[in-house]
Amino acid sequence: MTITLNGEEKQVPNNVTITGLLAFLNIQRQRVAVELNLEIVKKDAYDTTDVKEGDSLEIVSFMSGGT
Amino acid sequence: MSVDKLVIAGIEFNSRLWVGTGKYKDFAETKRAVEISGTDVVTVAVRRVNIIDRSKENLLDYIDPKKYKILPNTAGCYTAKDAIRTAMLAVEAGITNWVKLEVLGDEKTLFPDNEALLEAAKVLVKEGLIVLPYTSDDPIMARKLVDIGCPAVMPLAAPIGSGLGIRNPYNIKIILETVKTPVIVDAGVGTASDVALAMELGCDAVLLNTAIAGAKDPIAMAEAMKYGVLAGRLAYKAGRIPKKLYATASSPLDGMIGS
Repeated sequence: MTITLNGEEKQVPNNVTITGLLAFLNIQRQRVAVELNLEIVKKDAYDTTDVKEGDSLEIVSFMSGGT
Repeated sequence: MSVDKLVIAGIEFNSRLWVGTGKYKDFAETKRAVEISGTDVVTVAVRRVNIIDRSKENLLDYIDPKKYKILPNTAGCYTAKDAIRTAMLAVEAGITNWVKLEVLGDEKTLFPDNEALLEAAKVLVKEGLIVLPYTSDDPIMARKLVDIGCPAVMPLAAPIGSGLGIRNPYNIKIILETVKTPVIVDAGVGTASDVALAMELGCDAVLLNTAIAGAKDPIAMAEAMKYGVLAGRLAYKAGRIPKKLYATASSPLDGMIGS
């Protein structure tokens, strides 16, 4: 299925949870935050939150940055 | 050589120099500069994860969150809404509930939009975050930010990355007299004497990035900044002599020959 991931269209497996999607993308869950259709998904809900066709996701983490 | 400790929201800090992690050549240089600066607070940005290339290293592989207080910022946000969203994501990422709140008003000056800043700060304080706001050197705004629950304020010395040093030391002085919280000068310092001046005024800490990362030798400048902060704080605590227009002799007049 197609979702919008960090602003770009991306093909991902059907019927996937946030946990499954992070595994598919090879992203460690510890230091990221996930926003699904503008709502923050709590880490303890990753296993039970489904990602659907057309969803918009943001996955962010800490990067080098100024003051 | 050590100085008195800085305490914000019940957390004790050894260093009064806080540093950003932007603009370095690579993570190795970032790490060395951070280490030599003696800081224990490091600011980071919150950005999209690189989905395409997962082989890239992460900043936090070099800057250990167990060793340093990681302070996420909302740099680049121009609305209260974006700043709130970024700050809440930063908290959810799971390292800290502290945020350096920044809402910019203008791309040319990167001056804060104080109205939006206050609005965002109110929301985030209610959400339980420890909000450290980057603000203009405006004593009234500083007071308002403290009144709504910010445990420190961070007035700018000069525009971000400008290296101009403290443009209005008198306003910084008034902010220091206006609020009872720590005051951390944030942005615009250029070299060690700028940092020393901020500390001599009585500021509690200085946060900087470009002044170190943009120096010809960032590692040497990181060390210079460390001593700038120490010298400034010690001089502030020591209490300087008053400025006078005319000379006061430092050698005794008694016992002069021919007298």
